[in-house]
Amino acid sequence: MLDDFMFRAGLAALGVAMAAGVLGCFVVWRRMAYFGDATAHAAVLGVAMALMFGWSIFAGVGLVALTMAVLIYGLTGRGQSVDTILGVLSHGALATGLVAVTLIPGQRIDLDAYLFGDVLTVTRMDVAIIWGGAALVMGVLWAHWTALLTATLNPDLASASGINPRREHLILTLLLAAVVAVAIKVVGALLITALLIIPAAAARGFARTPEQMAGLAAALGAISAVSGLRVAVMLDTPVGPTIVCVAAGLFGVGTGVVKLRSVGV
Amino acid sequence: MPVLPASGAAMTALLSAAGITLRHGQNAVLENVSLEITAGEIVTIVGPNGSGKSSLLRVLIGALTPQAGTVTRKAGLKIGYVPQKLHIDPTMPMTVRRFLDLPKRVDTDAAMQALMTAGVPETANRQMTQLSGGQFQRVLLARALLGKPDVLMLDEATQGLDQPGSAQFYRQIEEVRRDLGCAILMVSHELHVVMSASDRVICLNGHVCCEGTPDVVSAAPAYRELFGTGTGGALALYRHEHDHHHHHEDAQ
Repeated sequence: MLDDFMFRAGLAALGVAMAAGVLGCFVVWRRMAYFGDATAHAAVLGVAMALMFGWSIFAGVGLVALTMAVLIYGLTGRGQSVDTILGVLSHGALATGLVAVTLIPGQRIDLDAYLFGDVLTVTRMDVAIIWGGAALVMGVLWAHWTALLTATLNPDLASASGINPRREHLILTLLLAAVVAVAIKVVGALLITALLIIPAAAARGFARTPEQMAGLAAALGAISAVSGLRVAVMLDTPVGPTIVCVAAGLFGVGTGVVKLRSVGV
Repeated sequence: MPVLPASGAAMTALLSAAGITLRHGQNAVLENVSLEITAGEIVTIVGPNGSGKSSLLRVLIGALTPQAGTVTRKAGLKIGYVPQKLHIDPTMPMTVRRFLDLPKRVDTDAAMQALMTAGVPETANRQMTQLSGGQFQRVLLARALLGKPDVLMLDEATQGLDQPGSAQFYRQIEEVRRDLGCAILMVSHELHVVMSASDRVICLNGHVCCEGTPDVVSAAPAYRELFGTGTGGALALYRHEHDHHHHHEDAQ
């Protein structure tokens, strides 16, 4: 089955979407959307480096996303407003990446593949790396769930219970970099944040506890990935953006249902 | 200035801070602050706005690291903390029952018991964001109690409650101390209500101005300088009998 490119693409999209769905809940709760954007945009610079030095794309993107994430983590620790600096870093990294990619000698690169993903070309190895990364993210989230939740709710509450909120924040930061690295081939640098935020946002209205929201976000991510892939093949549209369109559609329907329920229909 | 010595050295302190100095940039928030809390006593920190009350509490729980001084905790000390404000982001669904499971899962009987003790048994299945101010504070109290704390710390716990509401809240705190035997450290600006319920009062204004039983502190010149003399009468008005003897043991 792994010989079928559609099957490989489906698996890759599924793995990324589920991990992003769960991690995305923390991105929404902590209002880290811009943080996610900056980390994801830095991925283009990672692509350029990987091509320049002959590394694997995952390694290049992972390294640069990690560097960016830790840099932002360090800046947010100083208690100043980071909105502006995030904007500078985010777009600075994106622009530098775009320029760097064109400067690589002797190569014509399909930039779209890295900006919007190219999941139909993933290899068996890619699928293995994506699922390894997704499993790592899920595993760490599982192990740290309560500590992460407490620290997200209120850092002082965490401190009083012997949980170091800065440490938990760093863990989320590193997981974000990991998701960016595995998602680049699926949805591309520009749409990774969408995969983090939209399923979580769509799940919010139907959840009564954080766990329900995380589970539902993973499920909605999975539905978006699989049906997005099918629709894309049917309509011959780019897969990454189509997956995000389906997710956004689910969000729209979900929001409508919640609104109708609240007025008693 | 009538300053009582902190609890005698013979009493084992649950928690003590020595020479705490905390700065935010150039501003000194706390200057050489020392205090001690022994088992079972109710200590209240009073002080005007910006006197460093909340910062001191946050140093004691380990959320802030002071530039100088040390905080010493008894080994394995459990702290129950009720923060001044807890903003739950509307994007996070959270029932009262689930909230009580943070940071450790508790069984439902224990959770219901804690809600009962805090006076809000009816809220278990409600969303945290749908609670009234008073209910919210009581749920925070219930959560803090579930950890079976040795010290319960309350930071302006009655903010947003009217006066009968906060008087009732503090009566509940006394009951909690009576039933659980934990020490209680409170921060408040509601002088009259709080002081009548305390064994010991620490008057803070960046440094410790004066310290002692409520009677002693309210008579202290440093306290009167900060708060005026008007509160002396209010203190008498709200005074009620204590059925325990901690401050007699502590003071000498």
